[in-house]
Amino acid sequence: MKIKPVEKKLISKKVDAFFINLYSAFQFVIRFFKEVFKPPYEVKEIIKQCYEVGYKSLFLITLTGFITGLVFTKQSRPSLSEFGATSWLPSLVAIAIIRALAPLVTALICAGKVGSNIAAELGSMKVTEQIDAMEVSAVNPFKFLVVSRVLATTLMIPMLMCYTGFVAMMGAFINVHQNEMTSFITFFQQAFDKISFLDIFSSLIKSIVYGFTIGMVGCYKGFHAKNGTEGVGKAANLSVVLSMFLIFIEEILIVQITNSIRP
Amino acid sequence: METENENNEHRIMISIMDLYKSFGDNHVLRGVNLEVENKENVVVLGRSGTGKSVLIKIICGLLMPDSGSVNVLGKEVELLNDKELQQLRLQIGFSFQSSALYDSMTIKENLAFPLVRHSKNLSKTEVNEQIERVLDAVGLLQTMNQMPAELSGGQRKRIGIARTLILQPKIMLYDEPTSGLDPITSIEINKLINLVKEKFNTTSIIITHDLTCAKTTGDKVAMLFDGKFIKKGTFDEVFSDPDERIQNFYKYNFIH
Repeated sequence: MKIKPVEKKLISKKVDAFFINLYSAFQFVIRFFKEVFKPPYEVKEIIKQCYEVGYKSLFLITLTGFITGLVFTKQSRPSLSEFGATSWLPSLVAIAIIRALAPLVTALICAGKVGSNIAAELGSMKVTEQIDAMEVSAVNPFKFLVVSRVLATTLMIPMLMCYTGFVAMMGAFINVHQNEMTSFITFFQQAFDKISFLDIFSSLIKSIVYGFTIGMVGCYKGFHAKNGTEGVGKAANLSVVLSMFLIFIEEILIVQITNSIRP
Repeated sequence: METENENNEHRIMISIMDLYKSFGDNHVLRGVNLEVENKENVVVLGRSGTGKSVLIKIICGLLMPDSGSVNVLGKEVELLNDKELQQLRLQIGFSFQSSALYDSMTIKENLAFPLVRHSKNLSKTEVNEQIERVLDAVGLLQTMNQMPAELSGGQRKRIGIARTLILQPKIMLYDEPTSGLDPITSIEINKLINLVKEKFNTTSIIITHDLTCAKTTGDKVAMLFDGKFIKKGTFDEVFSDPDERIQNFYKYNFIH
């Protein structure tokens, strides 16, 4: 009898599926690093994806970044004014924005906007056999779809983070200028007084890691979507949930590492 | 002379021996044997869920068999590495049941997509000429700048076939080419399958449960039942068999 025997479950269906999933996600990441350096390079597609990820997120990022800066400054003012320390506002806000808010806000917004978009697009390509069609026409779908998107998110999210930081600082400046009549130059001098190279560097590293995570999770979930349209919805939803969860875990880890090397 | 030798060498284009494939406890293929000769159209008939599509997905390496041997153009599919498999796939065209056109691209971009990646020396004019040639062959030259969503089901099938023809494959695999189409469009697709064979000298496997398609396109018909071929031969040979399973399949296709 050559019929393959049904594999027995090791622990339970769900636990087995979890570990199988984990293993396949790990393989997916390894495959990315194998494929990313191998020619041919899909330069046109990478540029197109950078435009999709970066340029098309600008409006949302501008809005959320600006409001974050403005509201954070507004909310911090009463506590500081109790001690007569409102002059510390620029440096306090700058530290909060550059160390934590800019990378996190950018990553969370992009996880929702970009991550779900990638998972839904790849998911619908998967369930309508477009990915299989690429494979049978001897085009590597991983290279064309996954590598280009992950590279785009890894490159564009740090840039968006810098932009979010700037817009949030502008929001903070407007509030400080309204109340203390602080000039633009004085505000930024005070703000960057307490910012070190490590703060900027760790934020950049963070946003590179977040960008990679968002692209990878979106692509993985989309690439493995099944069960028709329901599966596409699930893939998009799960990609957002999982990206956000991983982003917070990475945030904790990177903050711990940065704090341990901070002089 | 060289072409003749090559043809003789691959007289049997596809040879499948003792093929088994299961998904969990669903044992889809249970000892399939099939040989397809050069420039022959073989129709695989069977009810839905009998593993017909699985069979052609194994032939082009989209799925791997549990056991058995699949030899395509003299190469054992399951033993090929990624690069060799890609080389083999260049010689196989696969027409999907859902057409699988890239819906974010125009028809022209859909056709150019595999071509520009495999024929890097072609100039823009040559690429356009190739696209026009295959679009003309399937009778849809006017759709060049349209999006897939703007086309009807039959037109999408034709474009799907054109996209595979652009790489000039030796083998064509059709997965349910007439499913979901009205009878008149189905007949047009059947004619197209025969035209492709004549014009492009292809060897084909056509997966279907449509008897009209089987009769008009198949040089040979193979009846798949319970994961095995229960009868092979010409259409008339297969359906003159008194086997109840075959006769039931024939009757149900014309039930009122």
